[in-house]
Amino acid sequence: MRRARIPAAIGVLAGLGLLLFLLPLAGLIVRAPWNQALAELTDPTTTTALGLSLFCSLTATAIALVLGVPLAMILARTRGTTRNVLRALTTLPMVLPPVVGGVALLLAFGRRGLVGSLLYQWFGIQIPFTTAAAVMAETFVAMPFLVIAVEAGLRSMDHRYEEAARSLGAGYWRVFTRVTLPLLRPAIFSGAVLCWARALGEFGATITFAGNFPGRTQTVPIAVYIALETNHSDAAITLSLILLVVSVAILVGMRDRWLGAL
Amino acid sequence: MRRTFLVLSALCLLPACIGGPSGGGPPIKNVITVFAAASLQPAFDKMATPLAEREELGIQFSYSGTQTLTTQLTQGAPADVFASADVAHMTTLNTAGLVQQSHLFAHNRLEIVVAKGNPQGIHSLADLGRRDLVIVLADPSVPAGKYAQQALAKAKVTVRPASLEQQVTGVLSKVALGEADAGIVYVSDIVTSGKVDGVAIPDAQNVIADYPIAVLKAAKSQTGATQFVDFVLSPDGQALLKAAGFQGA
Repeated sequence: MRRARIPAAIGVLAGLGLLLFLLPLAGLIVRAPWNQALAELTDPTTTTALGLSLFCSLTATAIALVLGVPLAMILARTRGTTRNVLRALTTLPMVLPPVVGGVALLLAFGRRGLVGSLLYQWFGIQIPFTTAAAVMAETFVAMPFLVIAVEAGLRSMDHRYEEAARSLGAGYWRVFTRVTLPLLRPAIFSGAVLCWARALGEFGATITFAGNFPGRTQTVPIAVYIALETNHSDAAITLSLILLVVSVAILVGMRDRWLGAL
Repeated sequence: MRRTFLVLSALCLLPACIGGPSGGGPPIKNVITVFAAASLQPAFDKMATPLAEREELGIQFSYSGTQTLTTQLTQGAPADVFASADVAHMTTLNTAGLVQQSHLFAHNRLEIVVAKGNPQGIHSLADLGRRDLVIVLADPSVPAGKYAQQALAKAKVTVRPASLEQQVTGVLSKVALGEADAGIVYVSDIVTSGKVDGVAIPDAQNVIADYPIAVLKAAKSQTGATQFVDFVLSPDGQALLKAAGFQGA
């Protein structure tokens, strides 16, 4: 049976939708200061922001792996209300406006915050305005992407391999490291890449919770914002292009993989 | 499910209805947009009511760092009046041919902002060099940040700020929240905040901020824009500015 022809109106609307995505990208590329791109790229502000962003996003992804995989394992085991509540809690940062996340982090871990005040009184530790704060903000916003991907992987996994290994006498940790983790590798990988991409692009929670200081908390998205605000549009466009290239590279590299995992 | 969604959407729209222009006020004939430095908010907000009553003029304010507003205006943001926290940014817009004749309408001085009761015992700019304090300043591209740098240079103090804020009010809120111990803001910020205390900076180290105001050449309502500027320069407008901690023109 042939499928019905799509009416022209739907085609036009779809085209308009596509243009909305395409034109901004074209604007970025057309207005790019190609002849000065190298000068902008080697500018200390740019290199500092790039280095910091790389460090923060990779650290955030590492923390998300350490905390997120166990969280996904618990999520995959629960049923009913418990599962719904846990799931809502873990996915909340995905739908929460990042700036609200930043305010919440400040009220929890700030010097007068719920936990932050104790940290400050007992150990003299202050988290806001530090690189640690930038990493925490990025982890908060990005970890859900990893948890969701890994949980989906766990749910669709064939658990008979684990049962077989256990029946042959393997202990829990042996099964986990030799059977579960290798089977989960694609899900963990795609989750980690998504998580890293989200962490790299984090802006709202970071500037709210960590502030803005070059080399300490001024990540690439914040540097882009500041550069544009202070009329350094060439720097803003160059940094934006770098983030764009990274995003496209991730999309191309992960084509089928991540959509399957979600 | 669908009904829940509808109810939720309705709830989301509700604040928009409530927050709209109230019907009880004076009739508004003309609405203008005023771009003003963040530090001007407490003073300018108070000018809306008299202008609405006398001139039937409605005002939409957009407050932000002067440098942000300047960038927005050079990129074609629609506004009728621009009030800057320094002369340099007004000159930029003047050179770009975007503003009419500007007028100095207020001055401001710098002050050290500290938590209520000054728990850290901060008494001078020199204290801001203490390593045990968390200091927040405005970014040097912000007028308040530029003035702060000048004051610190006069006092020969090196400060290691924890964060560089995009507008002076950001410095104020970080101290009010308790996340920073001190910062440098305008006297007017401290007068109107109520949540913080100020430590005076002696004249020899202080910097006077000059605030120019101008009507945009692209103003949709030249009449309304001129009415606003005239009111700011009038004795009533100047009194409101002084009450908010500014010095008159």
